[in-house]
Amino acid sequence: MTTVIEVENISKDFKIHHERNQSLKERLLHPKSGSTEIFHALSDISFKVSSNETVGILGHNGSGKSTLLKCICGVLQPTSGQIRLRGNLAALLELGAGFQTELSGRDNVFLYGAMLGLSRRNVEAIFDDIVAFSEIEQFIDTQVKFYSSGMYVRLAFAVAVNVDPDILVVDEVLAVGDERFQAKCIDRIRTFQEEGRSILLVTHQADQVRALCDRAIVLDGGLMVANGPVQESLRIFREHLLEDAVELDRTGARAEISIDSVTTPSGTFDVKSGAGLHFDVQMTSHGAYSGNFMMEIFTRSGLLVSRSDAQGSPVNLKPGPNTVGVDLAQIPLLDGVYDVNVGIVDHHGTVMAWREQAASIQVAYTGREGGIVELGASITQQ
Amino acid sequence: MNDASSAGIQRRSLDDAPVRVVSARASLRTRLRNLWSRRELLTSLVFSDIRIKYKNSALGIFWSMLSPALTLGIYDLVFSVITKNGYPDFALYLFAGLVVWNMFQNAVNMATGVIVDRAGLVKKVSFPREILALANVGAAVIYFFIQLAVLCLFMLALGRSPAWGFLWILPISFATLYLLTASVAIVMSAVTVYLRDMKHLMEVLLQLWFWLSPVVYSYQHTIAQRLHDHGLTWMYFLNPITPIILTFQRIFYVKTNVISTNLPHSVLNILPQWTMSTFFYMNASLFVIMVVVFLVALTLFGRLEGNFESEL
Repeated sequence: MTTVIEVENISKDFKIHHERNQSLKERLLHPKSGSTEIFHALSDISFKVSSNETVGILGHNGSGKSTLLKCICGVLQPTSGQIRLRGNLAALLELGAGFQTELSGRDNVFLYGAMLGLSRRNVEAIFDDIVAFSEIEQFIDTQVKFYSSGMYVRLAFAVAVNVDPDILVVDEVLAVGDERFQAKCIDRIRTFQEEGRSILLVTHQADQVRALCDRAIVLDGGLMVANGPVQESLRIFREHLLEDAVELDRTGARAEISIDSVTTPSGTFDVKSGAGLHFDVQMTSHGAYSGNFMMEIFTRSGLLVSRSDAQGSPVNLKPGPNTVGVDLAQIPLLDGVYDVNVGIVDHHGTVMAWREQAASIQVAYTGREGGIVELGASITQQ
Repeated sequence: MNDASSAGIQRRSLDDAPVRVVSARASLRTRLRNLWSRRELLTSLVFSDIRIKYKNSALGIFWSMLSPALTLGIYDLVFSVITKNGYPDFALYLFAGLVVWNMFQNAVNMATGVIVDRAGLVKKVSFPREILALANVGAAVIYFFIQLAVLCLFMLALGRSPAWGFLWILPISFATLYLLTASVAIVMSAVTVYLRDMKHLMEVLLQLWFWLSPVVYSYQHTIAQRLHDHGLTWMYFLNPITPIILTFQRIFYVKTNVISTNLPHSVLNILPQWTMSTFFYMNASLFVIMVVVFLVALTLFGRLEGNFESEL
């Protein structure tokens, strides 16, 4: 296992100018005009990524995750610290940023390839794959300015994933393209994983991290607050989101709710497939609060099985301890362990309380179906 | 790609792959090595820049000839026909100096705003940023060679031949010109990020610079004596482009003493009557200075580069 990315004590400061004039006249006349503030986008971040590892970087807007990624890609220079990279890196920071709209798709493939560090001969060798992946054969000699935004992004993604990178850096670009192309991209990322390449995935979608990553790093306000298994990191990520929500609320009227425990009457979460399950969620509220109850069930590989939406399941919490009962009439799941996340959200969907992996349901199944859900298929010849 | 995936899990080992380091300050050696390793990007950018520039124009790259041709025509008209300066084949004299000046001016003009203009690229894609300025210099080099070819045709038409004996100095002189142009282009591209009106200032400065260089007038005939009397010759030669222009004129205009076209018996001393070794030592020493200047320019660019993100 080789370490391919080694981030050592990276810090990045930005100067924020207020009322700043960039003309010579202004600088000469008012040398001190405008104030400058130092903003610490990243503070002392260190971590390593091995080959064959997919690491998610989580954080909400302004947490510094894009800055970190730009430093790793070499677009930004860190203020202090250093990053050591082994092997070549392809970054999907902003797809098509290197495109020249006046040039044809073909010319742009070569130019973009050169930007990613490929020789002309290398690009020629993979040119057909790129065009095939992007699905724009008939427009490849058209100027890029006439492309639709979808075509533009597809071509850029096709170049980046076909350059045979050892490290692939992806920054929330999977949100582009239609659903079919997205599936194709995810598919390509999985192929990369099988081939033992390293992937760094930046997102604020917890689902994507659960589905793709081996490990997750959580950034908050430029600090690394978690670096560990996905479940653990996601729990910390959610908790930090909560803290921020409380901080934002200056009136102080918001009730503080904590989820204490999840129990079943029988004391066990082992169920037979197809049977029902009842469990109680104990929570403590520091004031009266009316919100919606929310529940998610995930497979251990991070696939979302079910999300009981907040809509239509209001709970009225009174000060002190409260219990919310959850009845699952039937669990048609197959053999396996399923994690349950529970939480309270307000009417706008903002999370008020959350508990990641509050319980784990062990499902026992004896039938012959494979997958995660029992559909009760019966086959008859007619 | 399909081959790679069907070949399966075996990936080449990364144990002995080269390690790249991203840190606050790269050493000059690292910068030069990075530049060299991305030379293919430089050529791609040069040709795509040229292609974009003339993409939708009918005459294409001939436009790059039209403006210098007009300049040449006007100066010839004003100085040779109207004010009758008496230099024989004045157009050739002008041409020899203008090829040098045009390359310098073209590159510096284009490169001054290039980082600001390509901010989107600079903020998103990782590559040595000075390549953007160097790509402009590269385009200017191509125009330079086109103009040089036209100059040769022009000489054929006039039935003149270059100073064959001096021709071997031309590569040194050109290399010096390249380094000078690249240094100014690189520094200006970075400074403009911080001071946006550099672009306008540079236009003015370039005009002044042009008239401080012996392109339109003859250094030897017009001002050499006066400079010498006041002991200011050294100051005139602080302009590094002057020795290059004089070398080009010596090689392509050839004649140092000519008979005035106004007065049949007066001899004009148009070019300095320096020996070949003087020209060689002048160019060689300037070349060495320009190598140092180029390295300083790269270092300066590296210093300024760190804050591009917050200024763009």
